[in-house]
Amino acid sequence: MQTTLMQSSNTKTTETARKLSDEKECLKVNNLNLHYGDKQALFDINLSIPEKRVSAFIGPSGCGKSTLLRCFNRMNDLVDNCHIEGTIEINGENIFAKGINVANLRQKIGMVFQKPNPFPKSVYENVAYGLRLQGERNRRKMDEAVEKSLKGAALWDEVKDRLHDSALGLSGGQQQRLVIARAIAIEPEVLLLDEPASALDPISTLKIEELIHELKQNYTIVIVTHNMQQAARVSDYTAFLYMGKLIEFDNTNQIFTNPSTKQTEDYITGRYG
Amino acid sequence: MIKKWFKSGDPWIWLNAAAVSTSIIIVVGLLLLIAVRGLSHFWPAHVIQAELVNNSQRITLIGEVIETEEVPIQRLLDSGINIKTDKEFITRTLLKVGNRDKLGSDFRWIIFPENTAINYPKNIIQVERREWGNFYGYIKNITKNGKIIATQDAAWQQLQPLIDKTNELHDKIRNIEKNEIGGINYQLERFRLERRKFELQGINDKEALAEISASEAKLYKEYEVHKKSLAVLYKEITTYSVNAEIMDGQDVVIPLATIVRAYQPNALTFLQKISTYFSKLAEFIFDDPREANTEGGIFPAIFGTVLMVILMAILVTPCGVIAAIYLREYAKQGPLTRLIRIAVNNLAGVPSIVYGIFGLGFFIYFLGGEIDQLFYPEALPTPTFGTPGILWSSLTLAILTVPVVIVATEEGLSRIPKSLREGSLALGATKSETLWRIIIPMATPAMMTGMILAIARAAGEVAPLMLVGVVKLAPSLPLDGSAPFLHLDRKFMHLGFHIYDVGFQSPNVEAARPLVYATSFLLVLVIVILNLAAIWIRNNLREKYRNLES
Repeated sequence: MQTTLMQSSNTKTTETARKLSDEKECLKVNNLNLHYGDKQALFDINLSIPEKRVSAFIGPSGCGKSTLLRCFNRMNDLVDNCHIEGTIEINGENIFAKGINVANLRQKIGMVFQKPNPFPKSVYENVAYGLRLQGERNRRKMDEAVEKSLKGAALWDEVKDRLHDSALGLSGGQQQRLVIARAIAIEPEVLLLDEPASALDPISTLKIEELIHELKQNYTIVIVTHNMQQAARVSDYTAFLYMGKLIEFDNTNQIFTNPSTKQTEDYITGRYG
Repeated sequence: MIKKWFKSGDPWIWLNAAAVSTSIIIVVGLLLLIAVRGLSHFWPAHVIQAELVNNSQRITLIGEVIETEEVPIQRLLDSGINIKTDKEFITRTLLKVGNRDKLGSDFRWIIFPENTAINYPKNIIQVERREWGNFYGYIKNITKNGKIIATQDAAWQQLQPLIDKTNELHDKIRNIEKNEIGGINYQLERFRLERRKFELQGINDKEALAEISASEAKLYKEYEVHKKSLAVLYKEITTYSVNAEIMDGQDVVIPLATIVRAYQPNALTFLQKISTYFSKLAEFIFDDPREANTEGGIFPAIFGTVLMVILMAILVTPCGVIAAIYLREYAKQGPLTRLIRIAVNNLAGVPSIVYGIFGLGFFIYFLGGEIDQLFYPEALPTPTFGTPGILWSSLTLAILTVPVVIVATEEGLSRIPKSLREGSLALGATKSETLWRIIIPMATPAMMTGMILAIARAAGEVAPLMLVGVVKLAPSLPLDGSAPFLHLDRKFMHLGFHIYDVGFQSPNVEAARPLVYATSFLLVLVIVILNLAAIWIRNNLREKYRNLES
């Protein structure tokens, strides 16, 4: 396993020799401030997420990386007395604007949570859930979409014989890949991953990481992780957040080898966090 | 040492075990008591014959021993009974002597002198009659249209087939009277109301009136046919009679038409006893009551209870579930919702009779009265819905049990992990889509639990029902063969009220007592069956979400 890990990180190094400023922009965060009641959780965030790349958010616990992630698909709307200022643009459109349909937005920006949360339905129904919401009734199209998504999430071979068994019978790693398949079934533009591997064993983690590598061909991926090695392995760009502030956002190589701020260097070298 | 023992936690375990076993013993004891007292009533007991001398007069007593008890002599002396003995206590026996038509009452307290000869003659017969209760005595002969066709043993031999035949005739007559003629009467009443409706509205629709008259004429014709066949049957059923002799030598004529069952209790083999037992038990469960509810069965009460509870469940479940969903999912959580929640919980503590009063005042007088004014003016002044009935009973109990359903459903909703809601929302589902596709299916077992608790509560409730729809004897079931089949305006019988009625209002206290036990046992059984059915449904649902908690 060790060797595989080494290999994947090696390939990354050569691949990610790109400049952030050259990339096509997918999500743009402007002057974002977020309050939970009286407490401010995010301070004046400005950030641009490049298209079809993997961007990682790192930082110590409670630094606001998950909160920031949950802004992108407006999951924070569910939190009482959460107040947001500033804008986030997807393809130039502000997601906090008045006329925005949140359900449509969330179809465009999929999300995978820390703990696998399959519905208590069959494997098939889990993947088909989003399509059914969109009113898809054609049985054949549905079958195709389910197969494609499960293949896309590298789960097809493991579950093709038990598509109609309960999804709750799968292992943790399989469940997490199922949740990813469920998210990509509705073909979003962006995938938000909130510590997707933190509840999994090393082998499952590896599979998820390989999957992320595959998925970035088609999706813009934003991943929150508290595991710096993971960020180094899977991401093209890395943002370091600390106490609700964005300290640094740059090429992953740059961040890990030659960070421009002292705080980042201290965190990466393990002096705090 | 003691301190160490306390520290080890053993006393705590013993205390728990004691509490648990006490509860179990109480429950099992309760069930056992009512089951034994109630179910033993149907066992064909021996009938004794005793000879005793009272004031130099020989008396023969025939009857079933119901119970014996020790009483102080003083009490008997005080009540004017003359006994010469130096003992302080004396044993007296309650004898069921039957033959109420000749002896005045079914039961007698007897003090047997010590040397009383008691024997069990095999040829004593016991007859259960449709009138006047049981007969105990000896058969003399059978007559056909007044002519004797068999005597003594030969008469007994011929009796059983004749009883079977007359019982068949009896069923036929009852079927014609109750179902056929009852149905005709029901329809005639509807035509009368329809005609009255035309009258009230000032419509003179000749065609419609002619149609009604034609249908009525048809019904009258049918009635004539039934009347004729009834006359034939009545003639047939009154053909045979039994002449018999009771313990004091009086003759009794028992028309065969009034006999339900006859047997020689002292001559029965064990197998025959068992078959008699089950036939009596079946009669109790599946037949209508007779003799002011002290004889016969309690089928209408079972039926009424079950139907009322099912109607209640149908009314209360959607209502409570919807209220709970609103409170938990949509309402803003704040002081107001907290207040509502407290109010709902407190509703469960309101004495049930208060709900009965509410049902009477609001549902029956106000709502029912309005309904009658609006929809049934032709029947007035006879109320249709403005009078106690099964609909109002179910509604009243639904209000009584709605807090239970709300609380259970809310609990179920709050147990559904937040991550599943987020998962669904993150896939672009709206709140209501998430509710319908994920949350409600997953909360169904909790809703069923609420329903089960509601059923358990409602099935045992009597007090409010006495105000809103239960009667001692309902002439017809609330569900029958004449349209619209389910008659929500009808009054009904209920096991709980039946217990109260038989136990407290019966003219024949001794005869009623075992029936009180038997009915109680049946009520418990009905509640258990209703609950088991609901639990079975819930478990089937729960199977789907078995691994939810993992």
